[in-house]
Amino acid sequence: MSEKEEKPKKKSRRDFLQNIGLVGVGSVFAGSAILAGIKYDKKKTPGARIKVLTAENELLEIDKNDTTKVKITKAEDLTLLQKEGREGIAGKRWVMVVDLSKCKNARKCMSACQNAHHLRPEQHHINVLKMQEGKNTAPFYMAKPCQHCDNPPCVAVCPVDATFKRPDGIVLIDNERCIGCRFCIAACPYSARVFNWATPVLEEEDKNKTYNVELNVPQRKGTISKCLFSADMLREGKMPYCVSACPNGVYYFGDENEDAVTNGTTKETVRLKKLLEENAGYRLMPELGTEPRVYYLPPKNRTAPFQEKDKSEAEEHLDNNKD
Amino acid sequence: MLDQSKTDKITTDLLRPIRLNKAFVLWMGFLGISLVICLYAYTLQLKNGMVVTGLRDYVSWGMYISNFVFFVATSLIGMLISAVLGLSGAKWAAPLARIAEIIALAFAAVAGLVIISDMGHPERLMYVFIYGRIQSPIVWDITVVSVYVVISALLLYLPLIPDMKICYNKLEKIPKLNRWLYKILSLNWNGSLEQEKIIKNSTRILAILIIPVALAIHTVTSWLFASTSRVGWDSTIFGPYFVTGAFVSGSAAVIIAMFFYRKNFKLQDYITDLHFDKMGKLLVLVSLVYLYFNLNEFMVPAYKMKKFDAIHLNDLFAGSYALMFWAVQILGLVLPILLLLFRKMRKPLPITIIAIFVIVGAWFKRYIIVVPTQEHPYLPIQNVPLNFKIYSPTLTETLITIAPFILVLIIITLLSKLIPVIPVHESIHQNEETQNEN
Repeated sequence: MSEKEEKPKKKSRRDFLQNIGLVGVGSVFAGSAILAGIKYDKKKTPGARIKVLTAENELLEIDKNDTTKVKITKAEDLTLLQKEGREGIAGKRWVMVVDLSKCKNARKCMSACQNAHHLRPEQHHINVLKMQEGKNTAPFYMAKPCQHCDNPPCVAVCPVDATFKRPDGIVLIDNERCIGCRFCIAACPYSARVFNWATPVLEEEDKNKTYNVELNVPQRKGTISKCLFSADMLREGKMPYCVSACPNGVYYFGDENEDAVTNGTTKETVRLKKLLEENAGYRLMPELGTEPRVYYLPPKNRTAPFQEKDKSEAEEHLDNNKD
Repeated sequence: MLDQSKTDKITTDLLRPIRLNKAFVLWMGFLGISLVICLYAYTLQLKNGMVVTGLRDYVSWGMYISNFVFFVATSLIGMLISAVLGLSGAKWAAPLARIAEIIALAFAAVAGLVIISDMGHPERLMYVFIYGRIQSPIVWDITVVSVYVVISALLLYLPLIPDMKICYNKLEKIPKLNRWLYKILSLNWNGSLEQEKIIKNSTRILAILIIPVALAIHTVTSWLFASTSRVGWDSTIFGPYFVTGAFVSGSAAVIIAMFFYRKNFKLQDYITDLHFDKMGKLLVLVSLVYLYFNLNEFMVPAYKMKKFDAIHLNDLFAGSYALMFWAVQILGLVLPILLLLFRKMRKPLPITIIAIFVIVGAWFKRYIIVVPTQEHPYLPIQNVPLNFKIYSPTLTETLITIAPFILVLIIITLLSKLIPVIPVHESIHQNEETQNEN
């Protein structure tokens, strides 16, 4: 140790130059730091503070310069829509009542539905059928959407949770998940489901749209599509497409929890229980235990006669029957 | 000394087919070209969607699903011959065990591919594993079929280990790679008593294990249908009905394979008339059981003629499917049973012809089970084009349906050119035993 201390502290020219270099670099850093500090301070001008509402419903104040605009990218948006789509609309239990005595086979429901969901002409989320139960019983028109069963056979068999039952009663299909096995078609006793066998009609137009699981648009080749009770309209507080398109007052739609349904044509709101009780409302194939959420009022005192030209088609189902 | 020469003869005879010849190359070339044509059809389906098939919203399961059921069914024979007959000590079936296992493995492995051809989004197959829901019979099916493929492969491989050593020792003129493969696959087999014991025990465990798994694969496959409320599918006997039907088509497949091997591989001394006779009796037995289930499946609803049952049954018995239905029942089931009661009909050629009728009938039987009921749903089919109401398969769809058959033939051909189709080690062993008895 002592030896080292005794060594003369000579500074060479090279050392000197090195030190100058260090000082130089140091001052550049210091200078830029000061500049950055000034800039930062400039941002903090008072009055640019804004109020924001957090997801937890808390109102906060924050400097405007500290915020960045949230850009909703397609992926985020899709996740959000799918999350909402699975959660449903809190507190509701949607229910539909179809008054068969008023149906004149106008088919406005079918076209409104096909337009909204970008379906091909042969794809029906809702289909108006010409029905006849027996040789001596009267034929009638019967609109048939998905029955949104409380015990849905389609949901039970789906291997990937692509089709699901929401707490608000609606059965939806997520075509981002669907593998196209069509087990749900096999399982549905109401023939309520359709498949996109070919390229959807509006594929080009819908190319850049974010998939909305509550509308099932864009439709996608190789996946299932089905009636959604117009979940997207319900979220906006509106009636389903078919219900508001009907000119004849066939459809009532509403919330079972509120015991209130509204007629899509007359906008008259009535008690669900009372409506079903007074008109002897029933459901399709209750013996299968599917517990449909669609009720029918029998075709009694019909407002229009069953058209002559439709009689043979109604009888077809009967013919097979050899009744 | 006589013993040794006999052993040598057995080895030479059974290893003879393991070589490349012109017939093999031509056959594989034919299969390869056919497969390419069928795969081209599949690319059309991938590109244009399933609109290229005759399937539509009402009949949405058609030939692909019928084919899937047929493939799973035929694969069940491995379990019947190597497990049930093996465990019950039926010595005559021992030389046929490997043929049955080859058929089982080929059909079961390809069945998985058949189901993919029916998917609208085959690239999402992984979703079944990622998002799989335990409630869905499809998830059960995929699970048990995979397990069955694995056990079948092991059941084919384990008894093959000593044979691999024999192949390595005796086949010196084959390419190096093949010899190396035989050496690796023989797992240092030296024929010690301890090794014999390990193989025997593990084969036995697998043979026991495969019985419930095999019953499961076809029972679960039947539940794909029976778990719905559709007329004609909504049946409580579908599980055993499918399983017994499976043994019918599987036995027929084994008989056809036996005939082919015997003739082309010159195995007349090993696959004898006795084997055909016994297989004929087995086919009669399983067909009778299947006939009994058919009687139950059709007679019971036909007696009551409930509204929708009546529509369905009328279509089968006297309607648009009547010809197919009765051809399948009579030519594919009743007549074979009657004919095979005669000893002369159980000779190799006649029984093979009968087996071809049985197996073709078995395929159409699956079609009858799958398709017609979908043309009669509970609610009328209206406001759709005619091709939605009546299912007629397209050419593209037919080619895609043929592809799995070609694949199965390719697998069987390759396997029978790589491994002795009759167990060599076991044949030698049995030969020694009979000589000792004498």
